[in-house]
Amino acid sequence: MGGNDPVLKMVGICKSFLGVKALQNVDFQLRAGEIHALMGENGAGKSTLIKVLTGVEKLDAGEIYLNQKRILPKSSLEAQALGISTVYQEVNLCPNLSVAENIYIGREPKKMGRIDWKEINKRADEALKKLNISIDVTKPLSSYSVAIQQMAAIARALDISAKILILDEPTSSLDEKEAEKLFEVIRQLKAKGLGIIFITHFLDQVYEVADRITVLRNGKLEGEYDVASLPKVQLVAKMIGKDIDDLSNFNKEKKEISDRKDKTAFVRTKGLGRTGTIKPFDIEINKGEVLGLVGLLGSGRTETARVLFGIDKPDTGQMYINEKQVHLNSPKTAVKKGLAFCPENRKTEGVFGDLSVAENIILALQAKRGAVKHIKRKEQMEVADKFIKLLNIKTSGPDQLVKNLSGGNQQKVILARWLATNPELLILDEPTRGIDVGTKTEIQKLIIKLANEGMAVVFISSELEEELRCCTRMAVYRDKEKIAELTGDKMNQQYIMQTIAGGQKDAE
Amino acid sequence: MKKMQLNSKYVPLIITILLFILMFAIGAVRYPTFLSLQVFLNLFIDNAYLIILSIGMTFVLLIGGIDISVGSVVCLVCMASAHLVENVGMNPYLTMVLMILLGAVYGLVQGCLIQYFKMQPFIVTLAGLFFGRGAAAWISIETINITNKTYNDIAHYRVKIIGNNFISIGSVIALVTLVIAIYLAHYTKFGRAVYAIGGSEQSALLMGLPVARTKVLVYTLSGTCSALAGIVFSFYMLSGYSLHGMGMELDAIASTVIGGTLLTGGVGYVIGSLFGVLTQGVIQNLIMFDGTLNSWWTRIAIAALLCIFMIIQKLLTNRGSVQKKGQVA
Amino acid sequence: MQNRLKKLVRARLFWPLVALALMIIFNIIFVSDFLKIEVKDGYYYGRIIDIINRSAPLMIMAIGMTLVAATGGIDISVGSVAAISGAIVCTLIGGDFQGNPKYPFAVAIAAALLVTALTGLWNGMLVGKLGIQPTVATLILYVAGRGIAQLITEGQIITVYYKPFAYIGGFVPGIPIPFSIIIMAVVLVIVMIILKKTALGLFIESVGVSADASKVTGIDVTKIKIIIYTFCGLCAGIAGLIISSMIRAADANNAGLMYEMDAILAVAVGGTSLNGGRFSIAASIIGALIVQCITTTMYAIGVSSQVLPMIKAIIVIIICLVQSEAFRKAILNVFKIKRGLTHEKNAVKL
Repeated sequence: MGGNDPVLKMVGICKSFLGVKALQNVDFQLRAGEIHALMGENGAGKSTLIKVLTGVEKLDAGEIYLNQKRILPKSSLEAQALGISTVYQEVNLCPNLSVAENIYIGREPKKMGRIDWKEINKRADEALKKLNISIDVTKPLSSYSVAIQQMAAIARALDISAKILILDEPTSSLDEKEAEKLFEVIRQLKAKGLGIIFITHFLDQVYEVADRITVLRNGKLEGEYDVASLPKVQLVAKMIGKDIDDLSNFNKEKKEISDRKDKTAFVRTKGLGRTGTIKPFDIEINKGEVLGLVGLLGSGRTETARVLFGIDKPDTGQMYINEKQVHLNSPKTAVKKGLAFCPENRKTEGVFGDLSVAENIILALQAKRGAVKHIKRKEQMEVADKFIKLLNIKTSGPDQLVKNLSGGNQQKVILARWLATNPELLILDEPTRGIDVGTKTEIQKLIIKLANEGMAVVFISSELEEELRCCTRMAVYRDKEKIAELTGDKMNQQYIMQTIAGGQKDAE
Repeated sequence: MKKMQLNSKYVPLIITILLFILMFAIGAVRYPTFLSLQVFLNLFIDNAYLIILSIGMTFVLLIGGIDISVGSVVCLVCMASAHLVENVGMNPYLTMVLMILLGAVYGLVQGCLIQYFKMQPFIVTLAGLFFGRGAAAWISIETINITNKTYNDIAHYRVKIIGNNFISIGSVIALVTLVIAIYLAHYTKFGRAVYAIGGSEQSALLMGLPVARTKVLVYTLSGTCSALAGIVFSFYMLSGYSLHGMGMELDAIASTVIGGTLLTGGVGYVIGSLFGVLTQGVIQNLIMFDGTLNSWWTRIAIAALLCIFMIIQKLLTNRGSVQKKGQVA
Repeated sequence: MQNRLKKLVRARLFWPLVALALMIIFNIIFVSDFLKIEVKDGYYYGRIIDIINRSAPLMIMAIGMTLVAATGGIDISVGSVAAISGAIVCTLIGGDFQGNPKYPFAVAIAAALLVTALTGLWNGMLVGKLGIQPTVATLILYVAGRGIAQLITEGQIITVYYKPFAYIGGFVPGIPIPFSIIIMAVVLVIVMIILKKTALGLFIESVGVSADASKVTGIDVTKIKIIIYTFCGLCAGIAGLIISSMIRAADANNAGLMYEMDAILAVAVGGTSLNGGRFSIAASIIGALIVQCITTTMYAIGVSSQVLPMIKAIIVIIICLVQSEAFRKAILNVFKIKRGLTHEKNAVKL
């Protein structure tokens, strides 16, 4: 498949954002006529690597070679001109324009000074036929499914004569049949000698279509492997766990919880699901325990949390709190019922940058009490001080604006906010991301302590060690579905990774 | 045999045209004199300025912006024209060219403030609105009547159509502007970039389209159209008066929205705005023919229509986006 | 000492107060008898009293507008709503020459305020529930409002001879200060109490800073928006009562004309960002005073009322430019270039 010299070679790429090292000395190679999967969890550096390659971000150090010639694209336009095209997950086309126009906009063929629509439609038709798609190209893009829209994006990328095609999470919005069709197209392109970078977190798909895999972890190159010689379990280990040989469990702290008998089911769901987001699931969340949601990025853990908390409305199934059916149609209702949710995306859904630390901390508590029962300044300060100490939040005082805090401390403020509401169920989605190691451990200990004191805790983390350290029970997710529940002995790295990889499908 | 498929993107336009025909039909039924070619042509004569304004407004709404200074630019241009021609004695044609330039600069400044200093379009054009009114009053508080021969000749000239029916030169200008605008919108890169930006500015950026330049050009175009509309309006009124054009901006926005252009941008046809204006004109005629209704009813009727169309638009797009959400991860 | 000075400069009200002080100084120099206050028949008169009196309706509108701006919205219907308010109250009282009211005074006032609160509710539903952009949602009433007012007054200017009606915008027998100032003070006090004693102020700010985060935190964003637009409508209604009382008539065409611009200007001058977030009612009140000062000063030096909007437009643009980050960066760059050039010159000298 293709020549021996790689069509793309990236050497020693380094990139930092505000002191955080997003990429450290990463190498990457792509051969012509190859489908190369780029994998890694959130924050691993995949998107940064691609942004550097396509000129959206400027690299700090390192070299890029395209067909042995050194390049440094400064914008996505330049990258496109060099032959590097990207099809993004959100299909960055314009939904209101026709399919044909989306493929040709910015490069419209002209006749006598005006745009030649006949020609555009004709060429677009041909371009799509090459991908085995036969549709009415004059209809607006939005009248077609995401799968077709993606094809249009690919057609556009190819038409700009691509040497390298980057597909960023292309199958996230596709069903099985559509994904299959996409793979056919990709294989076709591979046969024509195109180099394809395929970013995804769907394990099965990687094994179905990719030739080689590069895994990034925490900004560093974990390794480059041939698909044929890397079993799934090992791949999972590379992404989220330590080497399988190094199994360490931290059972000490958790022994207390496991021994406790009074576990009352606080929340129970039956067939709760939301089309396209999370398949219907049954789950029991008990007080006094830490339930971990385990799985790769995009497997449905965050989606589960959002449905539980009322941010996204379910369209099937029921939810019970203390055996009484509830309809959580907004976070407000959830908060009143004693739920709390620390979201994954703190920038858009967590932090109020222009408000003070104290205000950020008491906000959920205030929302719970309602607008009338105002929390007086004295109590505000008390609560704020309490949590500043408890979580060791580095701030010049409770009146400092949160936007001036570091990312890790902002995260602590949000955590404090939810702890302040004294919830009965606390859902934590990646609470330790971007926090220093010392505080990570503090928070993990805190989580166990809370469970000991009777709180129900749901814990989502991309660090498997963390989950193993804190959780007494685990629910395993894959491809937007809860596939298994693990307790006791089965909660070890190897078993978990095998379950995720699909080796074992456990009944509950 | 080609199948006649109802392409969904033309539906809003068809609704608008049907609405216009309906209104006209109501008029024809109630008032026998309504159903005459001249009454129809009068719509073009009386609303020529509004047609031009709505054309400019269409482009602005298409990129997802708004320009509420258009009415006051019309007023300013009227006043300035009157002053230059009557009091300064400038050549009328030179005056018109100067006014077009004024409008273009007006729009250019607003566009730059919006794009490069990231100020909200509403605030900038609101300031433009007040600046224009004040400037017009600064030139003269009292009405300046245009007695200049050229202006009067142009104003009274009848372009014969069929038999004794006629339209004004202003209407011709409006129709020519319409044709140019349709060409711009559908046959030039600029026009297509406008639609693309309205559909998704982020995508447009990623696709390499000249977003900043296009947006500034759109506001410049709007200013130019406002100036042109002002010139046509000065033919119509033959005077400069500081209270001319009050509320015109809403009429322009309403016509454009009724004409099927989405407030959120990306969807709409220039020709639709024409029908939006004609519909407004018919409603005004209906109220006038009735004779018993306060002229303010027109304003209320237009505002009500705008409201209805806005709510319908919002409901339709809300449902659309919910569907999309189900598909995306 | 330096720290104290820094803290003073950073205080929210500093710049607005400075601007106000400048205006007052300007007026003292150029306008005769600016500071003179007389007592006639037991009531206070004078240019300053006049300014404060006339700015009362604007201050009240600015209070409502501040809360709306704090959520990142805007309400341009306030002037037209004020016209509706005047139209209702005058129509219900009637223009009877003997001064006999058609309906009881209290009923007329209540009706006017109820209707204007409803217009605010209408705006709030469009923006909060339907998610329509505030600029366009309030645009509808901006234009339809005056038409509605015209309908209520049946196209007439209704002059009211009922004596107590004039008290609202003038003096209530026995109270030496103009009554409008008292109304404004009452509204201000009520609002401040609500903001301080409840968490509403905090919720409004959080919605302005991040509506998404507010939703996740359990705040009912829709309800907050509906409440503030309704309140803004009510403020416009109160202001409308004062305005029509001042001329003892309902003039649907001119009542409250251009007030929306003044209200927005007052909020901007006071320093509350029109993009939403932290707000200060006190700053907006001072802003309203400044705007009124500008108006009065302009009149005093001979600028006509019709040209005034031009000056105000320029001021709004300047203020928004200063608030704009892009502008500040551009200015800094200019200074950096200049400094860079001088460094180069010095380096060359070396």
